[in-house]
Amino acid sequence: MFDLLWLVPALPILGFLTLVLAGSRLSRGIQSVVGVGSVGVAAAISLVIAVYFITNPPADYHFNRTLWHWITIGNFAPTFGLYLDALSICMILVVTIVGFLIHLYSIGYMADDEGFGRFFAYMNLFVASMLILALADNLLMLYLGWEGVGLCSFLLIGFWYKEPSNVRAATKAFVMTRVGDTAMAIGLFVLFNTLGTLQIQELAVRATQHWAVGSTLPTLAAVLLLGGALGKSAQLPLQTWLPDAMAGPTPVSALIHAATMVTAGVYLIARMNALFSLAPAVQFAIAIIGLTTLILSGFSALVQTDIKRVLAYSTISQIGYMFLALGVGAWSAAIFHFVTHAFFKALLFLGAGSIILAAGHQQDMFKLGGIRKQLPVTFWTFLIGASSLAALPLVTDGFYSKDLILWDVWSSTTGGPWIWAGGVFGAFLTSLYTFRMVFISCFGSPRTPLERKPRISIRIPLITLAILSIVVGFIELPSNFGNIHLFSNFLNTALPAFSGNGSNFNDELVLEIVASIVCIAGAPICYLLYLRKSDYFEKFSEFPFVSGLRNFWRSGWGFDLVYNKLLIEPFIWITTLNKADFVDSFYRLVALLVQLVHRVLSLTQTGKLRQYACGIAIGAILVVGLLTWL
Amino acid sequence: MTLIWLIIIPLLAGIAAWTSARYSDLWPRWISLAALGLEIAILAVLWLGHSNPIAPGEYSTWLATTNLKWVPQLGIGFSLAMDGLSLLMVALTAFLGIAAVLCSWTEIRTSIGFFHFNLMACLAGIVGVFLATDLILFYVFWEVMLVPMYFLIGIWGHENRIYASVKFFIFTQAGGLLMLMAILGLYFSHGQITGVYTFNYFELLGTSLPEWPSLLMMLGFFAAFSVKLPAVPFHVWLPDAHTEAPTAGSVILAGLLLKTGAYGLIRFVLPLFPMVTHFLATPAMIMGVVGIIYGAMMAFAQTDLKRLVAYSSVSHLGFVLLGIFASNELALQGAVMQMICHGISTGALFILVGMIQERTGTRDLNFMGGLWTSIPRIGAIGLFFALASLGLPGLGNFVGEFLVLLGVYQAYPLMALPAALGIVMAVIYSLRIVNRAFYGPSDENRIIHDLWPREAMVMSSMIFMILWLGLFPQAALNIAKPSLKFIREKSGIRLTEKHYSLASFKTLANLKRSKNR
Repeated sequence: MFDLLWLVPALPILGFLTLVLAGSRLSRGIQSVVGVGSVGVAAAISLVIAVYFITNPPADYHFNRTLWHWITIGNFAPTFGLYLDALSICMILVVTIVGFLIHLYSIGYMADDEGFGRFFAYMNLFVASMLILALADNLLMLYLGWEGVGLCSFLLIGFWYKEPSNVRAATKAFVMTRVGDTAMAIGLFVLFNTLGTLQIQELAVRATQHWAVGSTLPTLAAVLLLGGALGKSAQLPLQTWLPDAMAGPTPVSALIHAATMVTAGVYLIARMNALFSLAPAVQFAIAIIGLTTLILSGFSALVQTDIKRVLAYSTISQIGYMFLALGVGAWSAAIFHFVTHAFFKALLFLGAGSIILAAGHQQDMFKLGGIRKQLPVTFWTFLIGASSLAALPLVTDGFYSKDLILWDVWSSTTGGPWIWAGGVFGAFLTSLYTFRMVFISCFGSPRTPLERKPRISIRIPLITLAILSIVVGFIELPSNFGNIHLFSNFLNTALPAFSGNGSNFNDELVLEIVASIVCIAGAPICYLLYLRKSDYFEKFSEFPFVSGLRNFWRSGWGFDLVYNKLLIEPFIWITTLNKADFVDSFYRLVALLVQLVHRVLSLTQTGKLRQYACGIAIGAILVVGLLTWL
Repeated sequence: MTLIWLIIIPLLAGIAAWTSARYSDLWPRWISLAALGLEIAILAVLWLGHSNPIAPGEYSTWLATTNLKWVPQLGIGFSLAMDGLSLLMVALTAFLGIAAVLCSWTEIRTSIGFFHFNLMACLAGIVGVFLATDLILFYVFWEVMLVPMYFLIGIWGHENRIYASVKFFIFTQAGGLLMLMAILGLYFSHGQITGVYTFNYFELLGTSLPEWPSLLMMLGFFAAFSVKLPAVPFHVWLPDAHTEAPTAGSVILAGLLLKTGAYGLIRFVLPLFPMVTHFLATPAMIMGVVGIIYGAMMAFAQTDLKRLVAYSSVSHLGFVLLGIFASNELALQGAVMQMICHGISTGALFILVGMIQERTGTRDLNFMGGLWTSIPRIGAIGLFFALASLGLPGLGNFVGEFLVLLGVYQAYPLMALPAALGIVMAVIYSLRIVNRAFYGPSDENRIIHDLWPREAMVMSSMIFMILWLGLFPQAALNIAKPSLKFIREKSGIRLTEKHYSLASFKTLANLKRSKNR
């Protein structure tokens, strides 16, 4: 059964190649069959493999297959090898299933686009790269997938390439993530140079045997890998590309910039958990970065007007939770949140896409409205996604995964009450911006006429994802409520189990109640502020200080400005200044001098015999004089 | 004797092309193609036979040799030899030669016969440079490839061609003269020490010279090769020459002439002066790093697409210089890989610029934009080679750059860090090509033809090569391996490099022992 594993990444590659080589000659129908079908079959195979894995687990709960040897020079021998364990199963299931649903949705969403075939080609390439990333058994192949998804992100953000601002956003995303990737590449050099391999499992073994906890080398390597993770997962300080990435078509935002690619950093850290456990300082930094990111971007999400930008900041914020969990060693909690987030955030983006499509590409929330009455399927599924994002207690995925993270943060040795409080505050912000978004964009009367009803290919993914956004939460319930640990038990075959300070029934219950109240609190507050519009609030928001703060948050805390002034403008200034290459002026000067001497000397060539005779005489006298003097 | 044919075939074909031009415009083109096809066939035979070397023992890395008497009184011989490294380089020459002939099919319309004569003569010179094992012969070929290139730029070039060709000539010639002096110096000092006056590479290899003279001689060689490479600050001839040359000229310049510099460093500088290369290693690597960063910055600033690609070569060849002087196995293999892949990908980019210029009449990025709408296939190919140039994993250039950086990090960690900046900067200038030329608002009224079948053939074979080298590089690495080992042995570089600290060695041993139990 596992022999079929190579088909999972190979099918989307095949789809990509077909669409690229024969795309323009195929009809749209065949293009969509190829594009969607390749991912669909890959999803089916992944499901079968996952079921088989669970029912007949292989020895040591992993399966390894080398396809071919990539490079062999001395002991540097990275392969094209697949590695399947619980963690990669989670990844490939999410990537193929969510990927398939989003591909299906795209048939409807991109129906009128002239670049239909190109779109599916890029999307297939993306899925393939993401699967390579997830299945790689060594870091160099992982890096190949890692760069591949970055490339597809660039291609798809800039999909509507005629608009220069889209191209700029795409370039920004590629360059910023490449900054992180470069750190990661150096991390690979460090790891190979000190441990002599890039095979992930072997690295874990050697690292724990050679390195003491907290020593320099693991810390250095962990910091460098973290750099890559921060770039890809849009965490501080490399987060500013993600809001701009919303320039791409909405299915792209759903698949790449919400469900899968941006969580690659989380996957990397979880995959390299042995290394990060050896660098507690770095791990603590991950927790703090996650916490800071989730709060800062929560504030930014609170003041956006573009519905997709709200979701973008919310994605940054939710990945912040995953980083927080990774930082306190709650590996499986982070992956659980990744899974649930993939479902509900993809749902939210697809719902937003459906709204945007109906409103004729209007993305400003304040110009939308009336979704509830006119697009009921979209509205209800959107609401389910939003509730899950806000972590509405008991009935949503988001509640169980976020609650798990918060409890693990509280009970972990490195976390504690203060970090927990930060996380809960973030949950409050989440609830606020989520319900603000829902109330403004869905309720009231339509401010933009809603024309198109969603097609069937759009409705199926919405409903499926809505169901998944509810039921998946039930595979992992808190120990004082249901006590089901299917997910973490499964993942613990691949990741170390969480070791906290132990469960205290009363503590856990109190914390759960506090978190639940906070998560619900956003709804009434937003109801009062945005549906029962109060004059006080309007007046309050017009104070100069308040509106200044709002603009500051809306622009993402001024990071872009700083990068512009500090890096981009000086770089452009200095390169344009030196466009003509100052080195060349040195050689031009030499050439000029030679010409000058040539001119001076040719002045002496007058053709007058008298002057020549005179010259000869002076020369002779000088030579003779010199000789006698010496 | 096969090796001589590798040089004579293109030379004869060039003469035949020149004389046949009076009958038809097509004759020169087909004759050149046929000659290069024959060249490829010979190389294929040699390639297949590379597992049975000609001699056992120390020289077992050599696949074929030819030794003829030339001027025995002075110890000059017509000696050629081919090992894996030269095989790769000659194969690259023939491959890019075909691409160069095909891409000038419609571009060159004046003096077609003489053009192909120059092209083939230049290729013959390059093959000679890659095969010569007599220093005087090497110098002769070095000049043979220079003169035809001067004509190619000066006659068929663009607006500012005379300036560019003279500049190219003076720079290369100045470097070449320093090398000639070094060759003579080596000849005489070797003669004085051993009593044997010879220019033969193999006999000169073992010479132990006094430190100072050999340092000077090494610098003479280094001057010629670093100008050709080019290393900053000797690179200024390159943007002008590349920009003004006709497409075929740019392909040969970037793809092959620059590689002769790198090849010279590997073949001559490293093994001939084993005692003093360590003096040069650090400054040369600094030049490499500066080249990587400076070239990238210059490439970003350019608005002439050809100039942009030209400066990107400076950046990419910086990696080669860095890898050569880090001189461990990984770095050297990376440098060779980078040489091959840069040759193909940059050659392809120049052909692409030529195609765009033929269609739109401009190379200026400010007047382009939105080309994807009218010529999507060319756009996709441009995107592919821009990605190759920025070092996307899965493509050959990545293998080269990564191996270089990995090797450099092992030997000189502090050099690898600034060099890695090149990875980021390559994205910035490479994407600029795509963004400015292909993306952006398009002129809907423009009707230009997308890829012709001839162009599609050239481009798809180049894409195939880059993908093959990126995903299955082992074949090329294996062929270069024995030659690089030979060179590293001769240059006295420690063969056992540190991969682990001592402590970790012990734990590794323990690990193995416990596993055995």
